[in-house]
Amino acid sequence: MFKKILIANRGEIAVRVLRACHEMGISAVVVYSDVDRAALHVRKADEAYPIGPAAASESYLNIPKILDVARRSGADAIHPGYGFLSENAKFARACVEAGVKFIGPTAAAMDAMGSKTRARQAMEKAGVPFVPGTSRGVESVAEAEEVAARIGYPVMLKAAAGGGGKGMRLVHAAEQLKSSLEGARSEAERSFADSEVYIEKAIINPRHIEMQVLADEHGNTVYLGERECSLQRRHQKVLEEAPSPIVDPAMRRQMGEVAVRVAQAAGYSNAGTVEFLVDQQKNFYFLEMNTRLQVEHPVTELITGLDLVHLQIRIAAGEKLPFAQEDVHIRGHAIECRIYAEDPDYNYFPSPGKITLLLAPSGPGIRRDSGMYEGWNVPIDYDPLLAKLIGYGTDRDQAISRLTRALSEYFVGGIKTNISLFRRILRDADFRAAKLDTGFLDRMLKRSEDSTVDSKSTEVAAIAAGIFAVLGAATPDARNGRPASETKTVSPWKDASRREGLR
Amino acid sequence: MLYDIIIDGKNFRLELNRTEGGWTCLLDGREVEVDAVLARPDVLSLRIGNMAYEVKSEHVANDLHLWVGSMRFAAEVRDPRSLRGRARTGDDSGPKKIVAPMPGKVVRLLLQEGDEVEAGAGIAVVEAMKMQNEIKSPKKGTIQKISVSEGAAVNAGDVLAIVE
Repeated sequence: MFKKILIANRGEIAVRVLRACHEMGISAVVVYSDVDRAALHVRKADEAYPIGPAAASESYLNIPKILDVARRSGADAIHPGYGFLSENAKFARACVEAGVKFIGPTAAAMDAMGSKTRARQAMEKAGVPFVPGTSRGVESVAEAEEVAARIGYPVMLKAAAGGGGKGMRLVHAAEQLKSSLEGARSEAERSFADSEVYIEKAIINPRHIEMQVLADEHGNTVYLGERECSLQRRHQKVLEEAPSPIVDPAMRRQMGEVAVRVAQAAGYSNAGTVEFLVDQQKNFYFLEMNTRLQVEHPVTELITGLDLVHLQIRIAAGEKLPFAQEDVHIRGHAIECRIYAEDPDYNYFPSPGKITLLLAPSGPGIRRDSGMYEGWNVPIDYDPLLAKLIGYGTDRDQAISRLTRALSEYFVGGIKTNISLFRRILRDADFRAAKLDTGFLDRMLKRSEDSTVDSKSTEVAAIAAGIFAVLGAATPDARNGRPASETKTVSPWKDASRREGLR
Repeated sequence: MLYDIIIDGKNFRLELNRTEGGWTCLLDGREVEVDAVLARPDVLSLRIGNMAYEVKSEHVANDLHLWVGSMRFAAEVRDPRSLRGRARTGDDSGPKKIVAPMPGKVVRLLLQEGDEVEAGAGIAVVEAMKMQNEIKSPKKGTIQKISVSEGAAVNAGDVLAIVE
């Protein structure tokens, strides 16, 4: 087993992997950029190395700097987390050359899967079901028009190297095609330094369901059940659950077996995820394979009782899978909320800044994977994911009620978060009835929220405002150590109370 | 102590006095039985009669919000004897400042000084946390001034442009 693992990431996932290392008695080395010195992963680490400026290209994406830290720290393996270098075949190859184990699939398997178009060619051979479209990038607008006309509008343009919704465009009619293609191309070039874009028939309001697979380096591959990831905004997942409410054991076996075939066709090892689009008739189509640990892996962990990061590390260390397919059992239901630093009242704009108050939920069936803490300044430079709140229950209803309860305990002050969005989702009648598809959130957000102003709560707020003002005036240091005079609305009261006190 | 308190636009006159181990409270002249414990800075455990509430206080820039459970209220606390902080009247006419809603980087300016702008049209693109956000004009008019250049780092509340 490894003695020391370098975690080439930041935020909640760096903390998640670090915890697994410590649970396994492995020393954890982290890296951080200039703006992340105070980040939680640095606080929790055994060793921490600065790797340069905030810009990811000069720090978390910089292969030589990260390998240099591996060498200096004597780490024998690197866990890439998700995002950053996690799906970078060049990095996996460089790790091999540097003599440090990359915890993930081989560079060759990533190459086969990393490009969506090449994945498609390999998978077609393995008899995997596909959405109609091109299996190669389109060269010109004319070619795009010809393909789109053949498969029929609406079509979806996608970056071959894509992910996270970047370089994606839905095109309803021929006249939008040219500008959409240009937009998708330039976004793909900016985001992935690769402007290859391909076309697929757009399946309107599909479900997005993905299958977790795990393969050791001895040829054993298993599937660990599906995750329903249909709740998305701007093609970004917001809430995920496992199992999917529409997948029964027969469908699970079918999808699982296809996923295993996909992994085997690519010579895949370690943890991976095969994504499917599912239409209203429950036909499923291969979408792509993510060659890394997913953000939403905790929901699978909760319903299978397995620890995916422990297993990733064991597999990378050369161990065989400690169980077979028939040993995998699904029990209960889990739902994950991605807590983002964004403002629900302002079109979900990012909301970086200082966290002035953090009250975190706990209690039965609640798991919280977080990268934030009170007093931390959320930097503007990275993805806005702050934490993941996961609720587990005997069944879906219980998972929802536990999560609803936990969300009512969760408070992040000083910055805006999307916590209120989850309260709204979890009480939505269609969500509770599990009527989900990728258009669900946009439709829900278009409906105005029924906001009943509670006059009693308004009075409570008024009384509390006064008491806070009195207490803030009496003990200027009570407000996070800030003198009350710094705050405009309170300071007159400090003066007033002093006058009162002198009387 | 006497306070004028505005919660989500609703006015209250609150008279609060600390007594031996407690408070006396008059809300709009009506006596309310109040018991409060500051559990930690910004978190108040409040009892009104026997009803229990947890109230959080959130102070960002010049805005004060109070959270009663999961409900958020905009709050203003004023000294009725002071002239400070008198309500300003909202005014849609005249020059309008376009401010950055969050810290970030100006990646693109979509219009120049002197350009005509429609209400809802984009003026600048600000990027934060890997997201590009178009900052739109709240009114129809002319761009009187652009206060930032492409590539500039901005803080929340910084003026990007002025529309007249």
